[in-house]
Amino acid sequence: MTTARHRLIAFVLNGRRITVRAHPLKRLLDLLREDCGLTGTKEGCGEGECGACTVLVDGQAVNSCLVPVGQIAGATIQTIEGLKGHHRLQQAFAEQGGAQCGICTPGMILAAVALGPRPTLDQVRTGLSGNLCRCTGYMGIYRAIQAAQKPKARVRRRRA
Amino acid sequence: MRTSLSPLQLLRPRSLRDALRLLREERPLVPLAGCTDVYVGLNFSTLHDQRFLNIWGLDGLGGISADGDVLRIGALATYTEIIGSPLVRRRVPMLVSAAREVGAVQIQNRGTLGGNIANGSPAGDTLPVLAAAEALVELQSIDATRKVPFTTFYTGYRQSVMRSDELITAIEFPRIEGPQWFRKVGTRAAQSISKVVMAAVRADRPRIALGSVAPTVVRVPRTEEALAAGAALTDAQRMLQEEIHPIDDIRSTAAYRRRVSANLLAQFWGDTA
Amino acid sequence: MRRTVGRNVGRNVGRNVGRNVGKNVVRKDGAAKASGAARYVDDLIWPGMLHGRTIRSSIPCGDIARVRLDFDAAGFTVVDAHDIPGRNVVSLIQDDQPCLASSQVRHVAEPILLLAHENPERLRDAKVEIDYRPKTPVLDPEHSSHVFKHVRIEKGAIDEGFRRADLIVEGTYRTGHQEHLYIETNGMLAVPGDGGVTVYGSLQCPYYVHKALCVLLALPHDKVRVVQAETGGGFGGKEDYPSILAGHACLLALKSGRPVKIIYDRTEDMVATTKRHPSIVRHKTGVMRDGTLSAMDIDVLMDGGAYCTLSPVVLSRGSIHATGPYRCDHVRIDGRVVMTHTPPNGAFRGFGAPQTLFAADVHMERIAEALGMDSAKLREMNALRPGDITATGQTLGRDASALEVLRDTLKRSDYHRKRRAYRGTNTGIGLSLFFHGAGFTGSGEVYLASQASLELTPTGVRVLAASTEIGQGQRTAHAQIVAEALGIPYDQVEVEIADTAFVPDSGPTVASRTTMVVGGLLKRCAEQVREKLGRMSPREYLRRHGPLVVTTQYEPPPDTEWDDRTYRGSAYGTYGWAAEVIEVQHDPVTGQVWPLRVTTAQDIGRVIFPIGARGQIEGGTAQGLGYALTEEVVMRDGAMANAQLTNYIIPTSLDTPPIDVVMIERPYAHGPYGAKGVGEMPFDGVAPAVVNAIRSLGIDVRQIPATPERVMAAPPSLVARSDQLRRDQVPPSPLAGSARLRRDKGGEAVRS
Repeated sequence: MTTARHRLIAFVLNGRRITVRAHPLKRLLDLLREDCGLTGTKEGCGEGECGACTVLVDGQAVNSCLVPVGQIAGATIQTIEGLKGHHRLQQAFAEQGGAQCGICTPGMILAAVALGPRPTLDQVRTGLSGNLCRCTGYMGIYRAIQAAQKPKARVRRRRA
Repeated sequence: MRTSLSPLQLLRPRSLRDALRLLREERPLVPLAGCTDVYVGLNFSTLHDQRFLNIWGLDGLGGISADGDVLRIGALATYTEIIGSPLVRRRVPMLVSAAREVGAVQIQNRGTLGGNIANGSPAGDTLPVLAAAEALVELQSIDATRKVPFTTFYTGYRQSVMRSDELITAIEFPRIEGPQWFRKVGTRAAQSISKVVMAAVRADRPRIALGSVAPTVVRVPRTEEALAAGAALTDAQRMLQEEIHPIDDIRSTAAYRRRVSANLLAQFWGDTA
Repeated sequence: MRRTVGRNVGRNVGRNVGRNVGKNVVRKDGAAKASGAARYVDDLIWPGMLHGRTIRSSIPCGDIARVRLDFDAAGFTVVDAHDIPGRNVVSLIQDDQPCLASSQVRHVAEPILLLAHENPERLRDAKVEIDYRPKTPVLDPEHSSHVFKHVRIEKGAIDEGFRRADLIVEGTYRTGHQEHLYIETNGMLAVPGDGGVTVYGSLQCPYYVHKALCVLLALPHDKVRVVQAETGGGFGGKEDYPSILAGHACLLALKSGRPVKIIYDRTEDMVATTKRHPSIVRHKTGVMRDGTLSAMDIDVLMDGGAYCTLSPVVLSRGSIHATGPYRCDHVRIDGRVVMTHTPPNGAFRGFGAPQTLFAADVHMERIAEALGMDSAKLREMNALRPGDITATGQTLGRDASALEVLRDTLKRSDYHRKRRAYRGTNTGIGLSLFFHGAGFTGSGEVYLASQASLELTPTGVRVLAASTEIGQGQRTAHAQIVAEALGIPYDQVEVEIADTAFVPDSGPTVASRTTMVVGGLLKRCAEQVREKLGRMSPREYLRRHGPLVVTTQYEPPPDTEWDDRTYRGSAYGTYGWAAEVIEVQHDPVTGQVWPLRVTTAQDIGRVIFPIGARGQIEGGTAQGLGYALTEEVVMRDGAMANAQLTNYIIPTSLDTPPIDVVMIERPYAHGPYGAKGVGEMPFDGVAPAVVNAIRSLGIDVRQIPATPERVMAAPPSLVARSDQLRRDQVPPSPLAGSARLRRDKGGEAVRS
């Protein structure tokens, strides 16, 4: 339903420029899930406490349930879909016990992405303190993040 | 958790000047910055305002700089920016401590110092720091600028001297002499609202400010005077308990808050001896 | 993580053990969850879908005088109790709970009216006025005379036991509500069609929902279909509640003729749905001078809330576990679960056992204090051993490993040395020993008569079971068991979604039965498939013989007699056993207690999926820490007053310490490859260990959550009185985030 109060908002979503028409006070979370059809970002509380709705805005982790779309014009936004399933963190979460029920996982992975390539355990614990998990006790998440830091085995070429 | 959007308006000024003009001509308008608290009220339908003014990203409201003894923090400086600022770390480390304890990283990336002040919660984590630092709040309207001592900013529960056509534009900190101290006692290690929060400066006359123990952030002048005059700590603790007015609420009790406040005073005094 | 394999290996262990079972395979659902592709119910959209909303009671007790719709009804579907085609009940145990209240309400947030509309804003803005004639509610379980269930367990002669005692120790222990706080709230999507209805939802038990809907909607079994969507956590909170929500969504869907989706927001979920039963447990124990327990007299009172729901079974399990994992010749347990005018309580991980195990193991600590005896030694003396007889008269099998888990944990945690070293400081260390009966109590599994099937596919098989993946690793463990038994690669085993159109009733995903009982059924199916295949590949078989589906049904193990009336016999096929040591840091300035480290050994029988099992132990431990320290449900006038995540405090990463887990395998002869249950036990022993750690500081806490307010107000314990306490400075915690005062690092105390 479009009204006079809706307006065009242009931003970069997962590497692609898009323009959406929406009420400027619509939550970014709802824009992503409804207007953009990207349901990977989840709502756990609507209060900015659980972090399940975490996305990256200009590289920073934010709670998308607390961002009105009227403020994202020109911003670069990355959701879990933007990692395309290939990110080494995604593989590590899937294989090393970082995900159990999975509902916190998209937000958790993005918050982990925002930590940079080699966070210490202390940095991980602090950097993820805004992402609640009820299943893992966080230990499997730390192991997954650590595992993702290990360099992949390199193929050695024999000299001819 | 959403409120009906149709009756709501978000005005988007192109500049600070434009924002101030709108505040004068189109008030009442609620300024929106990082949205970490106002938006919760909106989405829970506990906030009944319908007309909002977007100030996020406006030029002239950000930045952290120093001019001689004065540290100037723009109203839109986020907690993340404050935590990362070498200037703030050097001059007002207790503000960095407070910023680190706000929510978690997602909140810190969006929440602003100006927002914490404007929101005026009695539990605001930076507010005791501003009170103990004796900061100045710069308020601008379309045709005037004034600086209000933070210690006189609030007049009651979520009430302040700020007029409906004014914006908080910056916060200024004088040079602080003496060790600074900060402690937040929350409900857990992160993402918590304070049960008691205290900031203090050990100057010749100590400056002690507390949150979550009264309808606004408070200084405790009689306690400060007593300590400055060399009173015994236990006497000062007793005085403190008379100067604060904690209540029972959903998170804690008046009795607990009283006792912990007294303990924090002792801890501050011992740590900064 | 170390694992030790028990010497007495069950006879069901096959020749190919170790190819799949016991391996860290790639979780079946891992990639979908990590990519964001997994579809939870709120991710599902249906063309023409309406949104639904529940109008609820605002008083705890009274008659409904009038319901007035104060909005323009155009485009709205409105449903009340009169629209119910079948019986207005949530069919479970007693059938006393209406799906929609009609003339009276018995708790705040009781559903009265349902609304649906295409536009969520109009739905939300619709005003409904309800007038009541309030009555005085019963809110205190100790003053309630409405008993849902009474249980009595007796062994020996209690008076004789007290006569033998040199000392009698009494105590009362209290636990509060706990909210599940699954990160995904409850939700359902109902789609009408073909004379019936299909529901997709966040749920643990598709056949519970199915049964409830058939009764509510007066529909035949083949006209109701229940499909589990990916579910973001359950913990028991989605065991029975989804039947109510599904009923609501279906009523709206059938009346409107359109799909209806109802998703609870967090506050509604916390206020209206089930929680853990609060409890008051009283112990009176006779003990001999040498520490032998001679009499255990235990009174268990649980608060069931307004309707019966699962309370009889919660009380049952709680009562059976009430002695703790200890032997005693003379036992009397009297348990009651009563009605109060509060939202009904329900299943939550542990299901009654955490409440009574908390009381039992804190009481053991107090007995040790009274005797002046080391509490680890007291536990060791009295711990149940193989061949011992429980309070219900069950003789324990060779897989009873209390001593092994206790000794391992004491050693690995360096408990005794630390206990001495921490004396007089602000660091505490506490111990608990606990057990958990796996599977349904008594004849429960026989009544369930669960079935599971395997269907042959061209490359392997497909698991058809009503078990639900809720994060615990069900799909993975079931696939591993089947792959092992069939001798085929894990990747060739598919696991069908729990959809009542395709899977038989394997019973609910509860009671730590999913690996042990349903996995056992699947193993038998796989063995039958293997026999039928002979040397043929699945493809060849299908070409030659056509489709193949093998179904097995539950058969109780031999020698498991149970009498529901007298509560005597084998209460459970087997038990898991565990011990836990928890170290905490107490800050006397604030009364806060920070967990520093958890060390635990848990015998869950043979470990099928190590990453999954370890995850369940770590997760259950974290949830237990919240139960013990911070998760207070504040009730005011019969309802939860702190129903926001900002005010209901679960542990963040900074609140959760390192958890050192060892899984000890004492295989169960009747579990697949020796597996027992794992989901619940890890939760059970946390709260007593935490409180015992607080007690070691000289603080007498007997109620949880042990919030800072309670800790600060608690009296000194016997330990404090007998020890000379030196209150040291608060040492920096290994947990030190900026939440803790740091003296030397930048921030809190800085000289400029």
